[in-house]
Amino acid sequence: MALLSFLRKATFSHGIHPPENKDTSDMAIKRLPFAPRVVVPLSQHFGAPAVALVKPGQEVVRGEPIARAEGFLSVPMHAPVTGVVESVGLMASARGPKVPSIVIKTHAAASQRVLWGAPRDVGDMDAEAIILAIQDTGMVGLGGAGFPTHVKLSVPKKYTIDTLVVNGCECEPYLTTDHRMMVEYPQDLIAGIHIAMKAVGAGRALIGIEDNKPDAARALRGCIPQGAPIDVVEVETKYPQGSEKLLIKTLLGREVPSGGYPYEIGVVVQNVATLAQLAQLLPESQGLIERVVTISGPGVKKPGNYLVPLGTPLRFVLEQVGFSGDASQLILGGPMMGNSVASLDVPVTKTVSGILVMSQGKEERGAGKVHPCIRCGKCLEACPVNLNPSQLGRLAAKREYKMMEERFHLNDCFECGCCSYVCPSNIPLVQYFRIAKSVNRERAA
Amino acid sequence: MSQPPLRVELRTSPHLRTTLTVETIMRNVVYALLPLCAFAVYQFGISALALILVVTLSCLGTEALFSRASGKGNTLSDYSATITGLLLALTLPPGFPLWMGAVAGFIAIALGKVLFGGLGFNVFNPALVGRAFVQAAFPVAITTWTPPFAPGRFVEFIPSTLALPFMQPPEVKSWIDGLGLDGYTGATPLALQKFEGVTSSAIDLFTGMAAGSLGETSALLILLCGGYLAARRMMNWRIPVAMLGGAWVTAALLHWANPGHPDPWFVLFSGGLLFGAMFMATDMVATPVTPLGVWVYGIFMGFLTVIIRVFGGLPEGVMYAILLGNAAAPLIEHITQPRIYGARKRKVES
Repeated sequence: MALLSFLRKATFSHGIHPPENKDTSDMAIKRLPFAPRVVVPLSQHFGAPAVALVKPGQEVVRGEPIARAEGFLSVPMHAPVTGVVESVGLMASARGPKVPSIVIKTHAAASQRVLWGAPRDVGDMDAEAIILAIQDTGMVGLGGAGFPTHVKLSVPKKYTIDTLVVNGCECEPYLTTDHRMMVEYPQDLIAGIHIAMKAVGAGRALIGIEDNKPDAARALRGCIPQGAPIDVVEVETKYPQGSEKLLIKTLLGREVPSGGYPYEIGVVVQNVATLAQLAQLLPESQGLIERVVTISGPGVKKPGNYLVPLGTPLRFVLEQVGFSGDASQLILGGPMMGNSVASLDVPVTKTVSGILVMSQGKEERGAGKVHPCIRCGKCLEACPVNLNPSQLGRLAAKREYKMMEERFHLNDCFECGCCSYVCPSNIPLVQYFRIAKSVNRERAA
Repeated sequence: MSQPPLRVELRTSPHLRTTLTVETIMRNVVYALLPLCAFAVYQFGISALALILVVTLSCLGTEALFSRASGKGNTLSDYSATITGLLLALTLPPGFPLWMGAVAGFIAIALGKVLFGGLGFNVFNPALVGRAFVQAAFPVAITTWTPPFAPGRFVEFIPSTLALPFMQPPEVKSWIDGLGLDGYTGATPLALQKFEGVTSSAIDLFTGMAAGSLGETSALLILLCGGYLAARRMMNWRIPVAMLGGAWVTAALLHWANPGHPDPWFVLFSGGLLFGAMFMATDMVATPVTPLGVWVYGIFMGFLTVIIRVFGGLPEGVMYAILLGNAAAPLIEHITQPRIYGARKRKVES
């Protein structure tokens, strides 16, 4: 294998090749208008919800902090628009239950320039100051996990980081936001990489890009200063290449220990869009108030990559891009790991990388007949972490959740969904595993 | 703001699926078996056709009966019973009495499949369960071979084909003698080799000009049909490769130790080894699912086949080798669980 590695692109073993459908990859990022009313949930990230700093009736300026972080594992929120706070209360969310949110009525006459913030020299700041400054931007992983960026960059003292892995894979079908960020803002990304390298003390950075985005790789290579310890590595286009643990394996051949974190093996991973945005915000002391979203799928008239103010309700977004009204499914994120939503009142949040309007197609046979497992073994060939989904599925059907965890490594499943994708018997494997995990968590609590 | 009427499904991810379904896989296995059936009919005439039809219909009827009785609805549409029927028929000798074929089909589905819980739960390949039953129950009929390409095979049944249930089948020896074929001894190449030390020509074995069970005679055709399934990724090519490799190596070692034992190439192309490795051993349900387990399973069956053929009382050992392989599959799977990503070196097993 190692001998032949020069013949093939770097990759991990197993995984799947779903149809890419990246029709929007050539479409430049466009700004979406401001909605008449935005909804900013206080929890758009992994960790403690932010605490509102504003009261109904209060005027806010675009970019102004409106909620503060609650502890270290939390991030603040900033006003996405200039307007008046209408209410602070429960509003619809993508996850289902209503969540505490700040609703701001947009001031129609306002210029919507970001007036908040002050320029500063990031070059003068040390690692600790950078991490604190990053928390103030409210930045979270824009790839979809929503883990606060400053927490990810805070490595426990006993570990040394040698490599910053920059994730430009974007392996989910349809999504092209990371792709466009790399093509349109390569300078910002390089600047962001320098900031992150300084924060974690990494000596080099590797940018992993799937080989279906040669223009992104070219743009970045053209921007890397002579002698900078930053390399672009083109990796095989394969789902889930963009999973942090698998990208580490692909680029460095190292494995994150089961149940552990990448810093234990000297690596920190950051998404390209996160770093590029960070480089735009940090020198201006500004907060995260908008993000790029791929809006695509058969039900959208004007698909593309749009810069959307956070808090913009789905209804407004779809009106702007021409929503035909008939859809079988609305998905926030990519089709492999995204959530389907039932309400158009749900706002765009920091973790929404895509809005997909699907119509019932050949590839979506979600409601098809479920057969017994015929033990074809395709799920084992697909599972990127080498689990035995066939066995796990049989145990799940018998509700042997404890055994799944103790003997068959249930907790190493990161829910990429490859097993459900390939299963010819249509068994909802990853769906079973999610239930099993949450039952185990509840029992443990 | 206008409220567009919105009817969406709420589902959990992944929202994409491959289009490959159980039905597609099973249907393609049927397609892959049809050329073998056609060649069997060409070779052995209407007796072969009647036998294939009777055995398959018996399997389908049994499946329909039990699925109705157990309230499962129609399970014929997944084609698995059709496959069992075709596979079973192809392992029988051409002149096998039809009523025995019907019994074999019933046993295959009833004892081999339904008893364990139907598709996905059978421990053994159902077709081989049926075959093992008739081998024990009708030892004479299942070892009575008739010559291929007999004149008049498309208009006349082999006498034993139409034997009445529970009656002694008519003697076919005199019928074969009456055909006036030179040098036909009524033995398969395997039996010739084992009991008389005559090794058949490898070319005849490869193209299927020799006597034998319906589906096992043409190695070339088996390779083509199996290759089709493997290329469409509907059959795990590692199993036949491992089984044939295991058989070849075992036979080569024995042949080297004692040249009186058969040549490894003869072992590979004679009898039901190729057919069994390609279509019987690969029954997904009864094989290990782990990548390493698949190799162990294949090699184990290849080894057993040769050991039974060389040292056993029967000329053929493929059927028992595969049944034993099926029986060992859960154990093989248990000891070959894949190493997971990021597994800690000294993990405390609970």
